Amino acid sequence: VPVAVVFAPRSVPEDLPRPLPFGDVQEMEISVNCERSPCPSLPCPTTAQEEAALDAVSAREADAALHLLQDTSSGSLTVYVVPEISSLLPQGIGVYVGKHRSALVRARGGLAALRTRLQQLTQVMSFTASSITAALSDRLPDGQLGPDARRHLKSSLGTDVCPSPDAVNRYVQPVLDKLSLVANFSVDSQILYYAVLGVTPRFDKESSSFLLSTHSLPHVINPVEARLGEHCSSAASLYPVLNFLLYVPERSHSPLYIQDKDGAPVSTNAFHSPRWGGIMVYNVEAPASPQASLPLHVDVDMVRVMEVFLAQLRLLFGLSREELPAEFLLESPGNEGLADWELDRLLWAHTVENIATVSTTLTSLAQLLDKIGNIVIKDDVASEVYRAVASAQSAMAKLTTGHLHLAFQASKEAVTSSERAFFDPSLLHLLYFPDDQKFAIYIPLFLPMAVPILLSLAKIVRETRQHKKEPTKMD
Amino acid sequence: FQDQAEQFFRSGHTNNWAVLVCTSRFWFNYRHVANTLSVYRSVKRSDSHIVLMLADDMACNPRNPKPATVFSHKNMELNVYGDDVEVDYRSYEVTVENFLRVLTGRIPPSTPRSKRLLSDDRSNILIYMTGHGGNGFLKFQDSEEITNVELADAFEQMWQKRRYNELLFIIDTCQGASMYERFYSPNIMALASSQVGEDSLSHQPDLGIGVHLMDRYTFYVLEFLEEIHPASQTNMNDLFQVCPKSLCVSTPGHRTDLFQRDPQNVLITDFFGSVRKVEITTETISLDHDLAGFASK
Repeated sequence: VPVAVVFAPRSVPEDLPRPLPFGDVQEMEISVNCERSPCPSLPCPTTAQEEAALDAVSAREADAALHLLQDTSSGSLTVYVVPEISSLLPQGIGVYVGKHRSALVRARGGLAALRTRLQQLTQVMSFTASSITAALSDRLPDGQLGPDARRHLKSSLGTDVCPSPDAVNRYVQPVLDKLSLVANFSVDSQILYYAVLGVTPRFDKESSSFLLSTHSLPHVINPVEARLGEHCSSAASLYPVLNFLLYVPERSHSPLYIQDKDGAPVSTNAFHSPRWGGIMVYNVEAPASPQASLPLHVDVDMVRVMEVFLAQLRLLFGLSREELPAEFLLESPGNEGLADWELDRLLWAHTVENIATVSTTLTSLAQLLDKIGNIVIKDDVASEVYRAVASAQSAMAKLTTGHLHLAFQASKEAVTSSERAFFDPSLLHLLYFPDDQKFAIYIPLFLPMAVPILLSLAKIVRETRQHKKEPTKMD
Repeated sequence: FQDQAEQFFRSGHTNNWAVLVCTSRFWFNYRHVANTLSVYRSVKRSDSHIVLMLADDMACNPRNPKPATVFSHKNMELNVYGDDVEVDYRSYEVTVENFLRVLTGRIPPSTPRSKRLLSDDRSNILIYMTGHGGNGFLKFQDSEEITNVELADAFEQMWQKRRYNELLFIIDTCQGASMYERFYSPNIMALASSQVGEDSLSHQPDLGIGVHLMDRYTFYVLEFLEEIHPASQTNMNDLFQVCPKSLCVSTPGHRTDLFQRDPQNVLITDFFGSVRKVEITTETISLDHDLAGFASK
């Protein structure tokens, strides 16, 4: 991860030696494999423009201004060190992480403290040892996985997102555009009338509302999914589908709240299921007069709904907020749904995952060829394999130099090629012709024919031998 | 809340799939179709990821005195052919090649989604096969057969490509135990209706339709499954006790040595009821409210 550290004026005490001994490469050896992450840190003083930006009133504005000035290539980080007395950062907060790829660090303590801060910051903003091991999850025994690994969608080449009801472009599209680097998305929506929950909520007298407890939530999804069928998870798409449902309860069951395990109603009134999607319950005000004419026009507050759905989308993609070290402040990502550095995190993990997948796929293909000797590999399958290997190698090379974007593209190509090679339909025909079946087929044919042939051959041999002996005898 | 999440994820799977195969055709093999359709109903109650392969020549067979129906019980209470049976591979499409293609995923690109097994490494798959079998093979449609070696190799390829988390293999044929002898991939549990050298017997002869309606092993397994509801805690050891020799005449067998978890801890609903793992959403992100003013019905 290329990290650039910039010192604002007055942030460094005068008695530090120059040049600052920051130019060391930090290599973190992660125990599973030997992934090296060089973090060269090049300290440099601020330029005049950056100074002006850092003089801004609040951290958020400074971040916005700095974004325009810096090198925003994928995968890199810029850290600005501001003086201890600076008013940019609120009290008690030592580090501020912005929406794009920069962070502000308050200079406090000596050089060593700053170095640990930087290390923490790099871990938060790019990757940690545990996230890399999670990406390599199919190599590890089960005990080491955290719950996060099971929750997120394995990297795939395309995804369908099905929110309902319509009118989502404003909110969902910006997030999907940002994520379009990772995968291709297509969005569909649908309205289902008379949908049934499948679980009966309990009526709670104290709050005069209906409650769904956590135990009953897992059983809600199936009946609903069966109805969703045709449109979203239909024959057209082969990619994994994420469903986001908004459930408006019927009047006899309103208002409906979801209860967490302590019995308190959940603030978001929503839950999600890993690799599937999320459901939110939206309670509609009962009409004032019972004689109001039906059907009732309902205005759904899309902002509230989309806030929850986008949060669920982030979780389903593995972008959860892990434990932050103390005194860190994260800027909320706003309308785009995720910050640039979060996208980088996703890309790091997915690149590693892709490369691992390519290596397991090609290894198993090779093992298959070893076991069954008489398979014929067609030329196009062979060329896919070569392409997969070349792309995987270039992805690894680019990872070590830190070019994240190119590394990710290369890893995606490698996965596509290796999947195409492994799942080629032509590989099936010649796989299943075991040796014992060959014997079983040919022996009944050849054995009866072979008996008279062998016997007459033996007879011929005997006769020629006798013939050879006789002339000598007669003489 | 983290330990709650740990508990939910005990089995490690997030979705369920089923592949149900009936390998016989012709009228006198009515019971195999009825077996498969009854298992289909019992799984479909809770799941929609099912690949069903049937010869499908029973309901509209000219010899069927009650056309458009397939019954599995002589009381004729339940028509298992019903209204919402989706047969994915029918008639002559039920071949060994297609079955292996479904399992390994080597499908021509033009195949529709309903005919594919789109499982991933977090899927628990149930595979149920029924028909006529022998020692080490299973007959497909009276014209070809699949051997236990091929089946074991197909499962190994599924494991290599991480197409399943755990796999439950149930087979109801004569000498069914021979079909799971050769498995060598991890996380497979297998049940069979009879041991090598024994025949599986049928049940429920019906004089009105003129054929046997079900096989014994499947009949008792389905009775057992009727009592499973989505929140049930019954485990696999109970399933192994189903259909003892006194009822089934043959000796059902099972194999669990390849399975990593103890069968005591494996819930029936891990395979037969699609109980999704859910988590409460506790975070939201804040959006700019200037973009509000967008209402919909």
